[in-house]
Amino acid sequence: MDTIILLTITGVGLGSIYFLVASGLSLIYGLMHVLNFAHGVFLSFGGYIGYEVARIIGIETWTGFVTACIAGALAGGAFALLTELLLIRRLYNRHIEQVLITVGLALAAVALFGGIWGHDSIPLFGPEWLRGTTGMLGVDVPNKNFIMILGAALVLIGLQLFLHKTRYGMIIRAGVENRSMVTALGIDVRKSFALVFTIGGIVAGFGGVMASYYFNYISPSLGQSLLIFAFIVTVIGGLGSIGGAAVASVLVAILQQFANYYVFGTGDVVVVVLLAVVLLVKPTGLLGKKA
Amino acid sequence: MSEIILKVENLQASVSGQQVVEDVSFEVPAVGITALLGRNGVGKSSTIKGILGLYQRQGNIIFDGQPIQGLLTHQIVQLGIGYVPEDREIFSKLSVEENLRIAERDKNPNRRYVAELFPDIEARKAQTGGSLSGGQQQMVSLARALINSNKLLLVDEPTKGLAPKIVTEVAVALEEASKTVPMLLVEQNLEVVRRLAEDVIVLDAGKVVYTGKAKTLLADEALTQRLLGVHSEGA
Ligand SMILES: Nc1ncnc2c1ncn2[C@@H]1O[C@H](COP(=O)(O)OP(=O)(O)OP(=O)(O)O)[C@@H](O)[C@H]1O
Ligand SMILES: [Mg+2]
Repeated sequence: MDTIILLTITGVGLGSIYFLVASGLSLIYGLMHVLNFAHGVFLSFGGYIGYEVARIIGIETWTGFVTACIAGALAGGAFALLTELLLIRRLYNRHIEQVLITVGLALAAVALFGGIWGHDSIPLFGPEWLRGTTGMLGVDVPNKNFIMILGAALVLIGLQLFLHKTRYGMIIRAGVENRSMVTALGIDVRKSFALVFTIGGIVAGFGGVMASYYFNYISPSLGQSLLIFAFIVTVIGGLGSIGGAAVASVLVAILQQFANYYVFGTGDVVVVVLLAVVLLVKPTGLLGKKA
Repeated sequence: MSEIILKVENLQASVSGQQVVEDVSFEVPAVGITALLGRNGVGKSSTIKGILGLYQRQGNIIFDGQPIQGLLTHQIVQLGIGYVPEDREIFSKLSVEENLRIAERDKNPNRRYVAELFPDIEARKAQTGGSLSGGQQQMVSLARALINSNKLLLVDEPTKGLAPKIVTEVAVALEEASKTVPMLLVEQNLEVVRRLAEDVIVLDAGKVVYTGKAKTLLADEALTQRLLGVHSEGA
């Protein structure tokens, strides 16, 4: 029983990180039909910038951690905005080329980060409490899980408020459903492309800092390795659905934890099987729009 | 009286590399309803989408004295065009209220007017678009076009698939709207055409094959049969 509780809570913690990558990915695909293979780069970049900032302020202090989160978010957002304006926008409506350019950018950026910060992982340890555990329901839960869950929950709430309470959010939801009709109402939907990219980048950059404190390292390919799971989460949750991404993130991560523990470390395999099942039974994803 | 709001010259339109409008030229007067007719698949909807830039197109399109063939869809619409697409295309996950709000372009949208025209919609503002009946969705689609003060409406088969009672309601709304804004109306229901349209344009295989007065066409049983493949009798 203890194990089940522990695996569940750590699963939600890991799922929180998946969500920080998948939510932006899902919004970008939903609105722009761009599979953004560079999304992990926003995360790594945010992680590195957060690391640099935290080093100055104090990696093991809470102020350092919080400042790193803010700096990472801003860095991720800026990187993403530039990506949209300089690369994606020029290839408007040419989806194959857009995908290729994000792949190219991802490869180049990973190499660039390796050049700047080294190809090896940099170990990173946060505030004392973050490294400790808390007794809960009879098990010792690593504290970092609570922070991950809190961070993801704040992002989820923030995204939903934005999507449902602002005009841009409404335009994005409408655009995910039927983009050409949005333009036929006289709205320049391309303006919201840059916005969606920026939001995705902010969330991913924040996720980069969170992930580096969760895994206790930062590396050039950290983002890209998380991206694979984020893609799976996005497809399972339904492309373009934030709620779906949240549910699927937690589902995938919990499943992974359980399979790793009980079925000889087969977590990744089980996730792929889940993906296959969802694609066969409900190809639009759990909460996805109808095809 | 003979003022022209929209002039289409040698319009060609294509979608996914396939040409769907061959060569279409016509004019839409600045008052009243002009019907765009033709059998299924002749390119009526594609003509409208070509005008709006939703499909790739070539040719000259003059709207309100200004060439618009080089503009993007949202820019064209902002000049004062309301569009009611063939399959309503309301946003199913947005509420009715949001469906209306997203369409508002004017500083002072015609909220009151729309509410009076479609009281049923007014009462269902909190419902999602997807939960409405087909007729109610059509009302929302029309309301989206009527909520702004437009210079032209492009209305594509607004009575398609609706019960006779709803068809009448839609026709009444269109008639009311046409008092203030000219309209290019695609319509299969000849009774509705007879009631609303002054002029008609008939397409066949991506080209204009007839232009004239609605009355004249519909009075000519043989011509109607030949051009539209249906009887005008009893319509
Ligand atoms: N998106 C599209 N992709 C492929 N072909 C299309 C597309 N839109 C239209 N077409 C083709 O273009 C031709 C004209 O279609 P369009 O919808 O304009 O006809 P229509 O006159 O509006 O017909 P209906 O009365 O059935 O609505 C048809 O042969 C149709 O199959
Ligand atoms: Mg049509």
